[in-house]
Amino acid sequence: MTTRTAVAAMVLLSVAVVGLQALEDRARTAMTPEADAADYLYVQSPAVLKRAALSYDALVADLYWIRAVQYYGGKRLSKGPRNYDLLYPLLDLTTSVDPYFDIAYRFGAIFLGEQYPGGAGRPDLGIALLQKGLRAQPDKWQFAEDIGFVYYWWVHDYQMAGEWFRRASEMPNAPEWLMPLAAVTLAKGGSRASSRTLWSEIMRNADADWLQRQALFRLKQLDAMDGIDFVERIVQQYRDRTGVPPTSWNDMIRARLIRAVPADPTGIPFQLDPSTGKVTLDPSSSLSPLPLAEQAP
Amino acid sequence: MKVIGLVAVNVFKESVRDKVLYSIIAFAVLLIASSLLIGDLTAGQDIKIIKDLGLASISIFGLLIAIFIGIGLVWKEVEKRSIYTLLPKPMRRQDFLLGKYCGLVLTLVINVAVMTAAFYVVLAIMQTVAPPIVRVSWPAPATDPAMLKAIALVMLELMLVTAIALLFSTFSSPFLSALLTAGLWVAGHFNNDLRNFGAVVESPVLAWLARATYYVLPNFAAFDVKLRVVHAQAVPASYVGLTVLYGLTYIVLVLVGAVAIFSRRDFK
Repeated sequence: MTTRTAVAAMVLLSVAVVGLQALEDRARTAMTPEADAADYLYVQSPAVLKRAALSYDALVADLYWIRAVQYYGGKRLSKGPRNYDLLYPLLDLTTSVDPYFDIAYRFGAIFLGEQYPGGAGRPDLGIALLQKGLRAQPDKWQFAEDIGFVYYWWVHDYQMAGEWFRRASEMPNAPEWLMPLAAVTLAKGGSRASSRTLWSEIMRNADADWLQRQALFRLKQLDAMDGIDFVERIVQQYRDRTGVPPTSWNDMIRARLIRAVPADPTGIPFQLDPSTGKVTLDPSSSLSPLPLAEQAP
Repeated sequence: MKVIGLVAVNVFKESVRDKVLYSIIAFAVLLIASSLLIGDLTAGQDIKIIKDLGLASISIFGLLIAIFIGIGLVWKEVEKRSIYTLLPKPMRRQDFLLGKYCGLVLTLVINVAVMTAAFYVVLAIMQTVAPPIVRVSWPAPATDPAMLKAIALVMLELMLVTAIALLFSTFSSPFLSALLTAGLWVAGHFNNDLRNFGAVVESPVLAWLARATYYVLPNFAAFDVKLRVVHAQAVPASYVGLTVLYGLTYIVLVLVGAVAIFSRRDFK
């Protein structure tokens, strides 16, 4: 066999292998519905994983962290019902193998605490993860601050939030703004103004770009809520004037109450319910859902 | 001493001929590709993951070389029958064996040194391109010199693995030698469990046996400070010094055993 014949044969066979693989994929999908590989967790015991990692524990923790991020992202973007059941076990494995993996505790608590369907809707597990972090690193004021934050933002327990902000403020190297934040939370917890104070401080003092992005996102949500309140007041003016709610934004533009279709801070127009006159965020907006809908301005 | 040097240089040249140093290219490609791809997968943890990956790769590539070249050091000479032309020469068997050991250690030192240099170059580039807000969140600079402590202990671990592989290769087949060396390396990571075994068994004899095994087996877990240096945790010089002393003592012990077996081996 000449070299040219061998190369030609190899190219042809490679094409055949790829083609057959594609056909095999199709045949298998037709036989059984596609299983979600990410939904399997072969090793469930942190102790077993830590031993199996030998001296490569940091690398194994990275792999589990990447898997947790991919799992969360995949579920968040999926169209069907979202099941975040493996999120906590993945984060637990990550932080058991590498107890100093700070971002896994902090980001993990956000993934877990975020309201369903954007997140797991399990702030209790977020708090448990952060408390595990505090057991591994008792002087880490950021974990205590994050626990306060989870209580504030997702549990709406402002007493506990204030208490955790106070604890964080008493830890070594804690920033000075934590103590006033604890006081504000205990005094006016739940108000949109105190939320804005919390996020503005986090934004100003963020030591990581993801935290800064998160703070910016939450501040935009607060702006959206202010915007909704403002537009609803104008809708009320329309009702007072005409006796009926507007059927569309055009009614209000024609009445010269607004100049253009009002939009949230990302530029997506607000939605108007013609029957009630209620203004809401468009579900397709990246700011949706608004977690503090029940908070007073 | 001259004989040891000559044999060592020969082993090194042979490993170059066997393309062992190609592992450096594989390492560089792995590291550069990861640094380009990993940022999108890790939610801002790319520098930590590159550090973990770099340190683990230096260790894994070195381990593979130490085991799979180490087990063939003596066996290859027997298999090719070149041992019969070498041993009658004016050379002591121990010099031949130590030369073999030093040659593979030299290969590993060069391998680890070049990988370390490539590792730091990738980290320096990442440090340069990272925005200030990202750099602030790092517990240590990307090119933190403290990582050299972990690499030095990895090198010492590889020297010990090489010595163990050489010991097994003096009396066993390559397959069995690889199995025994790898087995000992794995067992050496479970040392802490052996130490605590006494707390979970009722038999004092069993507890004593476990404790004795703990002291006899090489404690490979002691050489691992990779996780600590990546998180900028302190690794005291006293700890490094004690571990180096432990490692060197164990290496000498294993080499003495290898020399004793090899000197008495009958090649007729």
